[in-house]
Amino acid sequence: MLGLNAKDMSLLIVVAILTMCAPLILNPFPADSAMAQFNAGYPDLMQKFVIFGIFAIGFNILFGLTGYLSFGHAAFLGVGSYSCVWMFKLLGYNVLPGIALSVVTSGLFALLIGLITLRRSGIYFSILTLAFAQMSFALAYSVLSNPKFNLTNGETGLQVYANDPQWFHNSERLPDLPHIFGLSMRATQKVSVGGWEFQFNTGYYLCAFIMLICFYLAIRIFRSPFGMMLRAVKSNQQRMNYTGLNSRPYTLAAFVISGMYAGLAGGLLSAVDPLAGAERMQWTASGEVVLMTILGGAGTLIGPVLGAGLIKYFENIFSKINDNVLHGWFSFLPDGMEDLMVTLIHPFVGKGWHLTLGIIFMLVVTFLPGGLVEGGQRIGRMLSRKKSKEADSPASTEPAE
Amino acid sequence: MTKSNLTRRGMLKTGAVTGAGVALPTIFTASSAAAFTNEPTGSSVTLGFNVPQTGPYADEGADELRAYELAVEHLNGGGDGGMMNTFSSKSLDGSGILGRKVEFVTGDTQTKSDAARASAKSMIEKDGAVMITGGSSSGVAIAVQGLCQEAGVIFMAGLTHSNDTTGKDKKANGFRHFFNGYMSGAALAPVLAARYGKDRRAYHLTADYTWGWTQQESIAAATEALGWQTVNNVLTPLAQTDFSSYVAPVLNSGADVLVLNHYGGNMVNSLTAAVQFGLREKQVNGKDFEIVVPLYSRLMAKGAGENVKGIFGSTNWHWSLTDEGSKAFVKSFGTKYGFPPSQAAHTCYVQTLLYADAVQRAGSHNPCAVAEALEGFEFDGLGNGPTLYRAEDHQCFKDVLVVKGKDNPTSEFDLLEIVEITPRAQVEYAADHPMFAGGSLGSCNPGA
Amino acid sequence: MDAILLQVLNGLDKGSAYALIALGLTLIFGTLGVVNFAHGALFMIGAFCSVTLQRILNASFETISETEKDFLGNPLKVKTPYVESWFGPEVGASIIDWSVPLAILFAIPIMIAIGFIMERGLIKHFYKRPHADQILVTFGLAIVLQEVIKAFFGANPIQTPAPDALSGVAQLGEGLGLQIAYPIWRLIYIAFALLIIGGVFAFLQFTTFGMVVRAGMADRETVGLLGIDIDKRFTTMFGLAAAVAGLAGVMYGPINAPNYHMGMDFLVLSFVVVVVGGMGSLPGAVLAGFILGILEAFASTTWATTTIPGINQIIIYLVAIIVLLTRPRGLMGKKGVMED
Repeated sequence: MLGLNAKDMSLLIVVAILTMCAPLILNPFPADSAMAQFNAGYPDLMQKFVIFGIFAIGFNILFGLTGYLSFGHAAFLGVGSYSCVWMFKLLGYNVLPGIALSVVTSGLFALLIGLITLRRSGIYFSILTLAFAQMSFALAYSVLSNPKFNLTNGETGLQVYANDPQWFHNSERLPDLPHIFGLSMRATQKVSVGGWEFQFNTGYYLCAFIMLICFYLAIRIFRSPFGMMLRAVKSNQQRMNYTGLNSRPYTLAAFVISGMYAGLAGGLLSAVDPLAGAERMQWTASGEVVLMTILGGAGTLIGPVLGAGLIKYFENIFSKINDNVLHGWFSFLPDGMEDLMVTLIHPFVGKGWHLTLGIIFMLVVTFLPGGLVEGGQRIGRMLSRKKSKEADSPASTEPAE
Repeated sequence: MTKSNLTRRGMLKTGAVTGAGVALPTIFTASSAAAFTNEPTGSSVTLGFNVPQTGPYADEGADELRAYELAVEHLNGGGDGGMMNTFSSKSLDGSGILGRKVEFVTGDTQTKSDAARASAKSMIEKDGAVMITGGSSSGVAIAVQGLCQEAGVIFMAGLTHSNDTTGKDKKANGFRHFFNGYMSGAALAPVLAARYGKDRRAYHLTADYTWGWTQQESIAAATEALGWQTVNNVLTPLAQTDFSSYVAPVLNSGADVLVLNHYGGNMVNSLTAAVQFGLREKQVNGKDFEIVVPLYSRLMAKGAGENVKGIFGSTNWHWSLTDEGSKAFVKSFGTKYGFPPSQAAHTCYVQTLLYADAVQRAGSHNPCAVAEALEGFEFDGLGNGPTLYRAEDHQCFKDVLVVKGKDNPTSEFDLLEIVEITPRAQVEYAADHPMFAGGSLGSCNPGA
Repeated sequence: MDAILLQVLNGLDKGSAYALIALGLTLIFGTLGVVNFAHGALFMIGAFCSVTLQRILNASFETISETEKDFLGNPLKVKTPYVESWFGPEVGASIIDWSVPLAILFAIPIMIAIGFIMERGLIKHFYKRPHADQILVTFGLAIVLQEVIKAFFGANPIQTPAPDALSGVAQLGEGLGLQIAYPIWRLIYIAFALLIIGGVFAFLQFTTFGMVVRAGMADRETVGLLGIDIDKRFTTMFGLAAAVAGLAGVMYGPINAPNYHMGMDFLVLSFVVVVVGGMGSLPGAVLAGFILGILEAFASTTWATTTIPGINQIIIYLVAIIVLLTRPRGLMGKKGVMED
């Protein structure tokens, strides 16, 4: 069906069900319970999950298949975001033109940068992409926001002002926020069931729907002859060149596609929250998508999405655990023990979440080069070995090599 | 949540998308239409404290958080009540806000506008925060203020000094107690002219972003009005750590004053470089060379160490003030934490009390009612003398402190000494002043 | 003329830091074949060695003053450093004053130990792994190290001033009719960097140990076949590289107050320096460090920024792109390094 084999189809269906039911699945704890702070089913975080999922899927098309490690992908995300907000400023708050333009501009930008950077490979390629991204960030942060030619609005971030043209905007009929044909991205239906509260948000479902399309396209790319060619680049580019094949057009195509995915993610970020800050182009943001992809499992289909979810969960949930919360948890212990536990855990949660993330990341790179997906496979194999000796890993999550 | 502008048609569509046409059984109760975003219904009310916990301003953020916790303690009737006892409005009585216990959630802005907005959004969407406050940078404050306007909650800005926060980026749901670049210039210029003379040539180094530009514009205008000349204004990248290439040309430029429009790590590094190059021992045009740092904070002064001695700047508040409000605040903060509060802590504490008081007086958390209670509000006893929350731009007008790095500090906290308390009248400006033009408050947004 | 020479000095000064970090990176890369993204963190830890020493020297006991009051009106607790009570106020104060130069001695063993632990505990397991994995694991390590430092020392910069005697300004070139005032400590930094660089080169050139290491850099397998325990020597090289980065950090403290993210600030730039110089080439790393430092200094002048706005923020990256596209292996790179 849809040109997919049975295994891929079932993976796609599972992902579709999970994303559609995310508001339910991510809120497993009743709203008033002590565990409620671990709930992730609120619009902003769910949107981040799928948007950064798209970003990581796109990055994986380049890194997972060709092995080219780009340290500058955040630049495309930023370009996409700025394009989308400019559409809001000029045309109006309907998100479709913005998202479309963000894909187009980031594709063009990626083509330009790809043409230059792909002349080199290995670490030289990484440094070149890093250099371009840092230049874009530095310019967006300051020079491109000067009063005479304000393209990015610098540190504050590009946003819509009341005196912007917005030619097709009619504030009588349409919300003064990003919307899709009148339905605001912020519109949220809250549903309470017993002690649970679930939030169904328009922006999330738009992003989730787009992510499913992106995921489907990524499967098709992975399984296509083009995908095979990219894997050939990764395993041995020289041999490929000797056979008379020029690998450059293939890697360039992969670079542009992943740049467009990044731009799309950027456009969606602006669509759900119409302010584009320059920091999202900084090299640490590029490093973050690398972390996501590796944590989840580079070269696997589902890995990057998992990695994106994990990091965003850490950033938003783990960072909120402050000392008050810790004291609440351990209040059943005697005083001395309580303080000891809080002191021990304190450096790793709350504002120390970067430390925990760094440690987990090191452990994953050292012991699980295939990321969480490999971890899952190992566990799965251990379980299934008991049943049959011919345990086979699911094809859908097979690494590229 | 933010069901602003959610039409009936939109509702139907939401239903179609989410429920996919499934009729909701009776156990599902779609939340009843609240009068405004996150209307508190239970026995408690949640405030959102959004401060930098990681990144270069993490220490400022930590101090802000201490102040917030202290404010919540006082609002709930704990501790010694701090400035609640000296505050001219007596509506707060230690029983929470409108009889509800005050609770809070914290978030990390990372000093990035994206992260700050995400964190504020999660506090509004997930934790039901009815007010957001905090921040240690103007870009972040402006970004979060815009979000709060869209979401329909009140934003009480923390440390933000750019003219734009209550200028071209002002919002009806946003309020700022802290002073701004214009006020720094207006307070500092006369003191500088009195100490250093009116015939001075100033060389500006300016952090190349929004705050730096408005700060530079303000101080240059204020000093030029008193006869100073501005020789040069050089923009420095925000990420710069070694300022030697920018400081070295100052020596031969003919300038006799260096103005450092830098904040945080930038200021520590540029001031260090200027001192290293021996600028302070120089004689130019027959006068002693001087350095000026328009925006000071004690935490920054600590970072700059010895280098701040004798250098002039301005601050919003300092713990050595001797009015009743300041004394009460320093006492309860110092007793609880063992060191005096910073100006960031002060403004955050005050903002929390002001919000609670406005709600109490308005009898509702509705942002429109709160805004009405704050607009044009005159109060005293919070450490800055008689203060006005101006209705036109939601900026507080109060006295500004001109300070200088202390020559003989007696303790590690005793780094700045107050040179002059500039009266409020001297730093006031018209709401349509050109440096603040270009924006409009819009109308208050209650969300739902 | 004065202005130009001044910027050359500024460039040399910046270049010294770049060159020292790039030198260590190249040592590690050339000998062990590992791309170490945690090298910036080693520089930062070096700077915090002197912060730590300063804290140790300032360890104080408290006496309650009869006359003075603290900010709450309670009797003031006066702190007296132990060193001042042991050696007398004047000697004690001058020991504290000289804490940065003293920190050099303090930092060397610590940095070598950290280098050993890093290599034996972590890097060793990555020799046979792809370069991408090495980059990633050391990147993770860099995050961890910087967060640990932040947890201990906070996020604000901490001043580590130079000794009073060395913190003034030197007048240069008076005999030549020039008037250049330049901070003494920055001149010391340049000299120090040259000394270290010279020392490392001499060590590799004139000792048997260095000869073996150079042979190992050229052809690791053959050296191994000759029965030489090259691994042990490479561990030593890692310790040496860590010490170079650490000393660069200690000496940099008085120029810019150390903070927890100074490593990351330098990391990206030093990688650019290494790549521009040519991966695996020690002279290339040093040369590129100084050249990029000087270019950056000149791009920061008013003349340059008014001609091309923003040039000061992008110059290094721009040069890197141009060099890599015109000289694919960097200025002095060898064929076949990192090209798989």
